[in-house]
Amino acid sequence: MRLVEPFVELMTGLMTTMKMLVTEKPVTIQYPEEKRPVKPRFRGRHVLKRYDNGLEKCIGCALCAAACPADAIFVEASENTDAQRFSPGDRYASTYEINMLRCIYCGFCEDACPTEAIVLGDNYELSFTHRRQAVYDKSMLIEVLAAGASSTPQVTEPGKFTRSVPEMKDPQD
Amino acid sequence: MDWTMWIEWGIKSVILILILLGGFAYLTLFERKVLARFQVRIGPNRTGPWGLLQPIADAVKLIFKEEFTPAQAQKVIFVLAPIITVVPAIVVAAVIPWGGNVTVFGRQVSLYIADLNVGMLFITAVTSIAVYGITLAGWSSNNKYALMGGLRASAQMISYELALGFSFVTVIILAGSMRMIDIVEAQRTMWFAVIQPAGAFIFLIATLAEVNRAPFDMPEAEQELTAGYHVEYSGMKFALFFMAEYIKMIVISAIAVTLFFGGYLGPDITQLPFIGQYLIWLAPWMGLVYMFIKVVALLFIMVWVRATLPRIRYDRLMAFGWKVLLPLSLALAFISAVGVLLAQDVNPALIWLVPVVSIIAGFVTIGLVDRSLRRKIYAAR
Repeated sequence: MRLVEPFVELMTGLMTTMKMLVTEKPVTIQYPEEKRPVKPRFRGRHVLKRYDNGLEKCIGCALCAAACPADAIFVEASENTDAQRFSPGDRYASTYEINMLRCIYCGFCEDACPTEAIVLGDNYELSFTHRRQAVYDKSMLIEVLAAGASSTPQVTEPGKFTRSVPEMKDPQD
Repeated sequence: MDWTMWIEWGIKSVILILILLGGFAYLTLFERKVLARFQVRIGPNRTGPWGLLQPIADAVKLIFKEEFTPAQAQKVIFVLAPIITVVPAIVVAAVIPWGGNVTVFGRQVSLYIADLNVGMLFITAVTSIAVYGITLAGWSSNNKYALMGGLRASAQMISYELALGFSFVTVIILAGSMRMIDIVEAQRTMWFAVIQPAGAFIFLIATLAEVNRAPFDMPEAEQELTAGYHVEYSGMKFALFFMAEYIKMIVISAIAVTLFFGGYLGPDITQLPFIGQYLIWLAPWMGLVYMFIKVVALLFIMVWVRATLPRIRYDRLMAFGWKVLLPLSLALAFISAVGVLLAQDVNPALIWLVPVVSIIAGFVTIGLVDRSLRRKIYAAR
């Protein structure tokens, strides 16, 4: 007959929690002030990338919209001219909208993009107070200009940016 | 009986009620903080420094919340039930001695409200009324989960009241009186928790069941009854149930302190070296401090148990109450009675038989429970 063991087991359990109280430091992260970095392959809010000279990578091909399983992306393309150039090649996205309420952050748009223009970034702090606010347009998605780069539309010399899709290496990640 | 007595009683009652309500508010914060630290979290820390204004925020939220009454509810009882639950919890505090006699403005004031000569009986009688509140709340909501919670609560509280009552009896036998002051003064040489450790242990277990705390919180088990008897309550009516539960925690801890842990007694600070002689004016007030420290310690144990033990299954809960705690507490009452008789008639040192025999009885009970549980496991195979 076990007389003392059940009591000892009870006390062992109590001491386990007491050890947590005494020895362990709280693991809480004080969120808005203190943020944990996301993982390298984290899929957050989308960003439309630019080339180093400031031209947009997006060529308005709408392959992302075709790949999107949630039908969250809407792209409308227009013609580039050398006097008003947004992106290399013939066409650029004059309208680019993503409905963040529909988006499921699967990353298929990223995979479908031939120019690596759309990338899922690390911003997960999306909040809206109205449905219309959930539709992010191009001005909200486009990457901030790097220092020294000029904004679009640019005036470019003829015959320089004829190729839509740049030379690319195989994806690394 | 002069009119100043009435004023004194009135002032003391108001102060006690205010302390209990404030204590309830800060007990919720205390519990959340301590529980958080047990779970390696921080707990509420946004409202004010260290989250000290959290109870106020909670109160404001509960007051401004919508009060919802189900269409099929028994309206009168639905409104009355929270009140029936809260009032006994506060009324019990009247007989608890929170300290000795102090002098306020040249007047001798006792730090308790009612000096009943049947204080223990009063406690058992009044705490039983709280069961009505919970049961009626469950029934009048006209909700099956609420009814189940109410039924469970009534069954559980009645069952554990027996064990609780018998541990009261052991104390009454040891002290030879039902007056709370006498019981405290009888512990001047030795706490009853030392003379009757198994009784104190049973008392602590039964109080957990009486106030529906983990691991005996079956009446409000979220996972199976959504919230139990208060599932249909919202706003201030829910706040009253919440208040009743936490005030009961405070009051029953105070009762446990009074019965087993020496009440307001503690070290005499006038005996301190160097500063002792300057503290003579403070000495009568120290009862409140000792009481506070002991009550907080017991509340901490309640939170500690909640942080550690999972909820016990309902049939085991009832079996534990009826088949383990009740016989054991009966045996302890018998052991205490025999011990006190022997100490009176033969030799005062024989009182030390009581702790030895009762601890042995406790461990034998544990062994028997363990064996019966094991037999069931074998039988199931």
